[in-house]
Amino acid sequence: MNKLSKLGQYGIFFAFALICLVLALSTPKFFTVSNLLIIGNQVSINALLAFGVTFVIITGGIDLSLGSMVAVTGVAAATFAHPDTYPLVVPLLVGLGAGSAMGAFNGLVVTKSKVPPFIVTLGTMTIGRGLALILSKGRPVSNLSDSFNFIGGGNIGGIPFPIIILLIAFAVCSVILNKTILGRYMYAVGGNEPAARASGIRVSRVKMWVYTICGLLSALGGILLTSRITTGQPNAGAGFELDAIAAAIIGGTSTSGGTGTMTGTLIGALLIGVISNSLDLLNVTSYYQQVVMGVIIIGAVVLDGVGKKD
Amino acid sequence: MSDYILRIKGISKSFSGVKALDNIHFDLIKGEVHALMGENGAGKSTFMKILIGLVAPDSGEVLLEGENLIGNNVNETLKKGISMIHQEILIIPELTVAQNIFLGREREVSGKKGLLSGWLNDSEINQRAGALLDRMGVDIAPKTKMKHLSVAQMQMVEIAKAVSNDAKVIIMDEPTSAISDKEVGTLFQIIRDLKAQGVSIIYISHKMDEIFQISDTISVLRDGKYIGTKSAADLDQNALIAMMVGREIDQMFPEATQPAGGEVLSVQNLGRAGKFSNISFEVKSGEILGLAGLMGAGRTEIARAIFGLDQWDEGEISIKQSPFCARTPREAIDRGIGYVSEDRKGLGFIPRMSVKSNITLSSMKNHRKGGFINTHSEQSVTEKMIADLKIKTAGADQHVTYLSGGNQQKVVIGKVLLASPEIIILDEPTRGVDVGAKFEIYKLIRSLADRGMAIIMISSELPEILGLSDRILVLSKGKQTALLSRAEATQELIMRYAVA
Repeated sequence: MNKLSKLGQYGIFFAFALICLVLALSTPKFFTVSNLLIIGNQVSINALLAFGVTFVIITGGIDLSLGSMVAVTGVAAATFAHPDTYPLVVPLLVGLGAGSAMGAFNGLVVTKSKVPPFIVTLGTMTIGRGLALILSKGRPVSNLSDSFNFIGGGNIGGIPFPIIILLIAFAVCSVILNKTILGRYMYAVGGNEPAARASGIRVSRVKMWVYTICGLLSALGGILLTSRITTGQPNAGAGFELDAIAAAIIGGTSTSGGTGTMTGTLIGALLIGVISNSLDLLNVTSYYQQVVMGVIIIGAVVLDGVGKKD
Repeated sequence: MSDYILRIKGISKSFSGVKALDNIHFDLIKGEVHALMGENGAGKSTFMKILIGLVAPDSGEVLLEGENLIGNNVNETLKKGISMIHQEILIIPELTVAQNIFLGREREVSGKKGLLSGWLNDSEINQRAGALLDRMGVDIAPKTKMKHLSVAQMQMVEIAKAVSNDAKVIIMDEPTSAISDKEVGTLFQIIRDLKAQGVSIIYISHKMDEIFQISDTISVLRDGKYIGTKSAADLDQNALIAMMVGREIDQMFPEATQPAGGEVLSVQNLGRAGKFSNISFEVKSGEILGLAGLMGAGRTEIARAIFGLDQWDEGEISIKQSPFCARTPREAIDRGIGYVSEDRKGLGFIPRMSVKSNITLSSMKNHRKGGFINTHSEQSVTEKMIADLKIKTAGADQHVTYLSGGNQQKVVIGKVLLASPEIIILDEPTRGVDVGAKFEIYKLIRSLADRGMAIIMISSELPEILGLSDRILVLSKGKQTALLSRAEATQELIMRYAVA
């Protein structure tokens, strides 16, 4: 029984290693440096969003507005990123500020209104989409500066810049979750909210933080995407929230709250990336890719359930 | 020998190498109430699970009227005549009483065949349920939705369900843990009626007085072994406890060694609309104030108000002469108040977090380096508390959900203590805790008082209130009816004021 639960806990790591092994053996192109960097680059945006939503899910919440926040923050940053207008720091601060503000708004409504986070963020998802269209007047915002475009398209010593951002974000998020009091309180709030409150934890404050951090990471994703496609697209990011939530869940974060790790989420995001990459290499059409992805999501949760049984 | 309805012979069961049950024997006579006693971890619940077919034993027999039931699953065992009333009641709140009683047996009741067998026959269900409840003397309408019933009424419905299954043996697991004294009376009457009809009851409870009130025979398990069976008339409380813990507990309630000091907490004319009114008392340093009363008397509500979980409407609270009003538990904790809730699972601990994370949850500010956790000081404080409170755990990183009730309670108390309180409110501190651990918790409470803390203890167990309190405040229907000194208080006197 103990062995089985250990297997469930680490199942995702095994599954990931196994899939990589099989791919390395079946397609010689898979295990090349250039292909791995491509995967890392592709995965980076989803992973950033997944880190954010992992915090939220651990506290027992959910955030469906990630994709819309990607669009709003991307458009907002692009508006200030035309060549020879503002220094690079301005579009970055505008984007990150917009994301944090939207996240904080989610947190505020969730904590003050008692409306379930699913409904609140369903609402802000639509609001965000509307804001992105208003800000851009419905048109793509293009003609961005080279320095801005470097964020999503450049590389340092051959390593794409998005991968560097991804690794830094992963480290910071892991530290927040494991080494800080805020992280401890997130698990407590998700594990048993009334008990956390009775233990003197300011539950609303923890939730405000969590949604704000999630907004901030979405903004980082939005800036990366805008920079990569060198355009602020008001329609960008649609459906991103589902991939991010899927990564967290595949990585072992329970939707009932109280459990989850950043490492698990990172593996979850990589798994999604590796599978779509390899199916590309194997010439599987994108229609089938979606079916495979769905099976993997359900499989991961089933495996997780096996691990949790006493 | 023919009057044995159920004979259990040589049941053993191991879980991953650990013997949970070792050669258990148990005989049940037709029409008796047979109490099964034992501390938490003695093997009672495994034994029950084997009895109802949920777990298969490694060896042994369960003979119901001579027929071996081993190998039957839960449904088959139920049909053969063994029903269990679970501690946590399993009902569907949105369905009616009648629908719950016949849940899963709609086809039998409707009696229709073929294509029509999927149709419900609610009128028949209602009629049968009504007749059944009438026969039991229970005044519940079959069409009432389950969610509108009290816990006690839900229990009656569960019993009715067992009866409707033609149960020959009904197992009751802590049936009185969540119902009032008056409802206990009704429950006992129903048990006596069932006895008269030849139904046998296996009764599990931690409450000694109930055991002696209702049972004919008492069997004891300890550490997975069968210790013995005696007639209830041949046992007294001390002898039974000795059987359960394997040693004599000579003095259940430790005496105070320090005289009480100055006033710490004062409550004047406290009131909350619909819950309680005009409550006034003070607690001194080193003193234990007992709060007695029936369920719903407002005791927990007063504790919640002081601790900032609920607001109040009128009156004053002061701590060491300065007025105080907590809007959140955080404020109460910061002013030196600790609260150990009666609802341990709901308000006490985070099940999927470790002993360490739980125990330091209220005092993280002592383990912070900036926003980061000082894991070193956290670990050492936790280990010290585990040793001080004798918490039985595999280690500081063990998840609390795997601890026994008594040890979970100690973790909660440890958490409260680490926030350095001057006032501790203990709400039913020994609920669901076995006898050995109870004794330890009593010692702990007294030693906290001796260290100068002011203690308010809410309890529904009168021996506990009488044994431990220096003064006793009795409440009835949200009003205080008496403030008794330890010398003048008796069970009868407290009960008289509690129903006043």
